[in-house]
Amino acid sequence: MDLSWLSVADANTRWVLMGASLLGLSSGVLGSFALLRRRSLVGDALAHAALPGVCLAYLLTGTKNLGFFLAGAAVAGLLASMAISAITRYSKIKEDAALGLVLTVFFGVGIMLLTMIQKLPGGNQSGLDKFLFGQAASLVGSDVRMMAAIAAGLCLAVLALFKEFKLLAFDPGFGAGIGLPMGLLDLVLNLLILLAVVIGLQSVGVVLMAAMLITPAIAARYWTDRLGWMAALAGLFGAASGALGTLLSQLGPRMPTGPLIVLAATLVFLISLFFAPKRGLLARLFRLVALKRQVAREGALRAVYELAEAAGAPDAVITPAELQRRRGIRQTAALATLVRGGALEAGDTGWRLTAQGLAEAHELVREQRLWELFLMHEGELGGSQVDRDGAKFPAGVRAELERLLRVHGLEPQLVRGGA
Amino acid sequence: MDWYASGSIIATGALVAASSGMVGCFLVLRRLALLGDAISHAVLPGIALAFLLTGSRSTLVMVLGAGALGILTTFLVQTMQRVGIQEDAGIGVSFTALFAVGVVLVSLFAGKVDLDLDCVLYGEIAYTPWDTLVVGGFSLGPQSLWTMGSIFLLNLTVISLLYKQLKICAFDPAMAAAVGINVALIHYVLMGLVSVTTVGAFESVGAILVVAMMIVPAATAYLLTERLSMMLALSVVQGVVSAALGYFLARHYDSSIAAAMTTVSGLLFTLAFLFAPRTGLIARALALRGLRRVTQ
Repeated sequence: MDLSWLSVADANTRWVLMGASLLGLSSGVLGSFALLRRRSLVGDALAHAALPGVCLAYLLTGTKNLGFFLAGAAVAGLLASMAISAITRYSKIKEDAALGLVLTVFFGVGIMLLTMIQKLPGGNQSGLDKFLFGQAASLVGSDVRMMAAIAAGLCLAVLALFKEFKLLAFDPGFGAGIGLPMGLLDLVLNLLILLAVVIGLQSVGVVLMAAMLITPAIAARYWTDRLGWMAALAGLFGAASGALGTLLSQLGPRMPTGPLIVLAATLVFLISLFFAPKRGLLARLFRLVALKRQVAREGALRAVYELAEAAGAPDAVITPAELQRRRGIRQTAALATLVRGGALEAGDTGWRLTAQGLAEAHELVREQRLWELFLMHEGELGGSQVDRDGAKFPAGVRAELERLLRVHGLEPQLVRGGA
Repeated sequence: MDWYASGSIIATGALVAASSGMVGCFLVLRRLALLGDAISHAVLPGIALAFLLTGSRSTLVMVLGAGALGILTTFLVQTMQRVGIQEDAGIGVSFTALFAVGVVLVSLFAGKVDLDLDCVLYGEIAYTPWDTLVVGGFSLGPQSLWTMGSIFLLNLTVISLLYKQLKICAFDPAMAAAVGINVALIHYVLMGLVSVTTVGAFESVGAILVVAMMIVPAATAYLLTERLSMMLALSVVQGVVSAALGYFLARHYDSSIAAAMTTVSGLLFTLAFLFAPRTGLIARALALRGLRRVTQ
């Protein structure tokens, strides 16, 4: 296998790789905030809106200079975000339609200008059409230095305003309450997102730039619940996707860089979706199965206990037929688990509680009956104070429930050593 | 001026705009504008795959490929929402990934196939007059005119037949479910129409600009009226006017015709936004001034 394409010794390839990673880094970090603000698709609109800005910059200056292009893109993006907020604020059009409208109209104007430029003398060589899908190979040293400066500035700005942006993401109302200028901060965040979009245009292109803001951020969300980690991870994922996509695009002469970077990011997202610990789909599936097993085990143990209680003897042998009648379902797996764990003894005709099983079952049944009583008397006992997931009662509620248990004669009868 | 060419280009553009505008009204009302955007991007791999597998550019094959991808996108977005991904991010992730697959497919096989990326993206309505439908040796006029005409009729028929159901679903899905309408089915029918319209239109206006034809005329009409039937009619009118004016704008500046149609459509929207009676920016400002004067 020819691995020469992996070589990063070539200066040009090094610049391209660095450029793509830098763009992934900055858009990943800012994408995290956009995602939490539920603004993911604003990046899409800003990216599409950048196209007419880039074309106008070329028409006005007549030169192919990344600095002018970026300035044009930034101005057009700013106009677009102002148009979106004006439309949602001053008309009955909702945000989604306003976004779609601004995005497509700006893009339409951009394509119109682009096709005009391509028919100008020399316009075909302008390389402007590369802005549609990105061509990382066209990055040169000076471009990457500028991108690096912008990316560093963006990361510093996020670090400096981290606390403020955190408030903006989670509780803007509280932020306004303690006197922070939330409107201004929102504008600053939008500007930073706009800059991140602008430096990505040349490598990823306007059509797919949105993915660089959304995909690494949503992937990072699967690995952590802390905003700082999430932003850092999203930056890392973005940078890795940028590098991977660039390397892949060197495999063939026709491979467009932008879509490959996006596909690399999508791969990272899919891996996170399935395999992340805690939030990943597989981890959730395992937890669900474990929970189902635990519920089945406890249910079976309680059933054996209550049948023995009805028989009046802790060492009564409970037959499969009795269990079947009581639970209505087969408990083979759960019962086998109980026998293995030493809570039950399997005999010829059925199962019997061991001393250890009796103690555990007594606790379980008692807890279950307390819960049943609680649900009957929820209103009087102040149900809202009870943590249902942790299954813990406050001390006062517990004492009252235990009194009720005795009043109703529901105290579990079988205890260790007694009959 | 060549009357045949101009006429067939404007007619095709008008049919695209009218078909998209009608379904677009429901997208705007149901706050699904971005799902329409996503679908219009995501049909690209469907078109490319259908073409690569069958080697045919027949409209039926394309419609099948794109329709399948349209439904797949709708399904993906809903599945992601079910596993806890917020809607905007779900839309963003699925359409960019599918579109990237499409671009890679088209670029990889661009040498072998006659499927031009530019053409898929922003269409080449300028060629429509010469791509004619020939039946039994007789030329029946531009092929795309027939395609878009059929799609227009399809949209018109489905919307007229399901008008009541679509209307209730658009304004009050809960009530629609309560009176026994299959809301999910109506949703998928609407998304099916969106996909089919996208495919039919992609040859002439491209996959990306078709979404402009869906959202912009509908949003303009939404500003001008409060009746659904009127909104549908106005969005069709807005689309047709944009198509005609856009054609002349593009001729004047020698630019992409579809993009010029979008630009005109955007201008018309801006006019409506500023000058609409009662709801326009200026009417509101005047009303506010009148109110201030009365209260002082």
